[in-house]
Amino acid sequence: MTLLRVENLAIDVARDGQSCRLVHDAHFSVDRGETLAIVGESGSGKSLTALAVMGLLGEGLSVSGGHILFDGEDLTTISARRHNDLRGSGIAMIFQEPMTSLNPVRSIERQLTEGMRLKNRLSRRAARARALELLTEVGISDPERRLKQYPHQLSGGMRQRVMIAIALSCEPELILADEPTTALDVTIQAQILSLTSRLCRDHGVGLVLITHNLGIVARHAQNVAVMYGGRVVERATARQLYRDPQHPYTQGLLASVPRLDLPRDTPLRPVPGAPPDPTVALPGCRFHPRCPKASDICAEQVPDFIAEGGHEVACWNSGIQKLKSKGAAA
Amino acid sequence: MTTTRPLLEVNDLHVGFPIRKGFFQRTVGEVRAVSGVSFSVPRGTSFGLVGESGCGKTTVARAVLQLLEPTSGVIRFDGEDVAKMDAVALSRFRGRVQAVFQDPFSSLNPRMSTGRIISEPLRVHRLKPESEIKAEVARLLDICGLPARFADLYPHEMSGGQRQRVGIARALAMNPELIVCDEAVSALDVSIQAQIINLLEGLQKELGLTYLFIGHDLSVVRHICDQVAVMYLGRIAETAPSDPLFASPKHPYTQALIDAVPNPDPDYEAGREIVPLEGEVPSPANPPSGCFFHPRCPRATDRCRREVPRLDPVEPGHMAACWETGTLVPAG
Repeated sequence: MTLLRVENLAIDVARDGQSCRLVHDAHFSVDRGETLAIVGESGSGKSLTALAVMGLLGEGLSVSGGHILFDGEDLTTISARRHNDLRGSGIAMIFQEPMTSLNPVRSIERQLTEGMRLKNRLSRRAARARALELLTEVGISDPERRLKQYPHQLSGGMRQRVMIAIALSCEPELILADEPTTALDVTIQAQILSLTSRLCRDHGVGLVLITHNLGIVARHAQNVAVMYGGRVVERATARQLYRDPQHPYTQGLLASVPRLDLPRDTPLRPVPGAPPDPTVALPGCRFHPRCPKASDICAEQVPDFIAEGGHEVACWNSGIQKLKSKGAAA
Repeated sequence: MTTTRPLLEVNDLHVGFPIRKGFFQRTVGEVRAVSGVSFSVPRGTSFGLVGESGCGKTTVARAVLQLLEPTSGVIRFDGEDVAKMDAVALSRFRGRVQAVFQDPFSSLNPRMSTGRIISEPLRVHRLKPESEIKAEVARLLDICGLPARFADLYPHEMSGGQRQRVGIARALAMNPELIVCDEAVSALDVSIQAQIINLLEGLQKELGLTYLFIGHDLSVVRHICDQVAVMYLGRIAETAPSDPLFASPKHPYTQALIDAVPNPDPDYEAGREIVPLEGEVPSPANPPSGCFFHPRCPRATDRCRREVPRLDPVEPGHMAACWETGTLVPAG
């Protein structure tokens, strides 16, 4: 059974008595020991999707459609109590900014052992021993001393290591990492990501890596879901996606990043315009106002997902779409 | 290439910040944010300063902008020592050198309309009569790719990319020669970042601008800059024209930085063995002895622990501060 399967997920926000859809259709799946990257820019709905899986959507936000199947259990219908049981021991999360997600007035020991004592009913002594093991495992030297310290006494990279230790502490089956290294320097970023990938692989944990960095995806993920304007627009293995991107948005993203492995004067071809305002209704494909390939139908009808060899895309003018319609006509 | 005088010359720049403690705020030590940094930027080119947080790249930028006073060292602009400029010359200097900052939200006054933000320098320096200001603002918005109606908008009504365009338009209002871009594209989304990079490059060609470009994203810095200096803990570790620097880095730190950047190509990434650099950047208040990089360096020797390496040429135009990199023996 797939570890996590998200199907047609929709998330609404209610404001001033009006409801507005922020996530229209998120769907993807991830298995044990596998890394799925969700790629998208700010406002694409990637973080909201992760929060929905965690059951941590803020006030006014609600899941208004679709399913989140974790180990076969639909998280959109379970009780708050059951969701609380799953957090930490079933699904854990690593947040972007460890300074704001760690409690500044509690020691590392208290924050690291809290989950184990609560969920695994470990004694104080046993939890402490496990905490020392975890800190060693995430590469923190002198763990005895670190346990007594507070977040402000640690560097950014060290704080993120503590976050990873907390995420692993209750032996979850799935970890969601939301831009785990965006706030870190590049050498520290490389350390943290290799560590996270290695630990997830060793422990057979499924990893959902949310990022906007296409290089990180290429280095660490096996599968990718690209989100735009609250919708997953393309899904493929990392290799397929980079070799043969089907959606014009994915193509645009790949052409936008300067690369160290290409000649320096390779021109950047950015996607024109700006992402859509979620509060303004936009019929058809949400990318059509910025799309170089847009045709009439794109402004009228939301494109369906079509698949070819495990590569899925939602675009009226993609190569896969053309291949399929030619086949249907013949 | 002709050997003309560089537009910006920084010579042996040192910047220290006092560490104060106690009730009387006695000075108990010094953080050496920048020690002995020298470089020069020819007119019409882009010079990049890269490094991780705390390496002193922003401090160099602030010293160049005269936003802080260096402890020692000389900064020359168009041949003239900035520290010796009188009030009139300094005021002219502040027009000829402009800055674009990282966060366009905190560097634009939220209570001013775009039109006022862009026209303020024109009014302060009395560059244009009041009657021409509106047209000038429209012209500046236009070259930054924004329609004239944006003059009436406030920063909160714009997206991050649009705000950054306004920040650039404001810098261009003074018709500057040098623009200091301090992480100017770092906070932007990928597709927007490429738009702004292209805008900066287009403006440089059109207006003959010179850029001092500060960044931490190596691929962006490489793309924009002709010459790059890699900084570590307040010193330049290596400097060279972009192509040789990235193709054959000489300093182990530069090599580690380049290795740490993942390329958007799964096959390439799968085929390379990455050994991430261990440890973290030490505190500049308490730097290591000798070469600052030696505690993290895979090639460190006893000499590295004792003596500070000089920034020496290793190939023509390519300088590195490393004991383990063979220095260039001058021919003849």
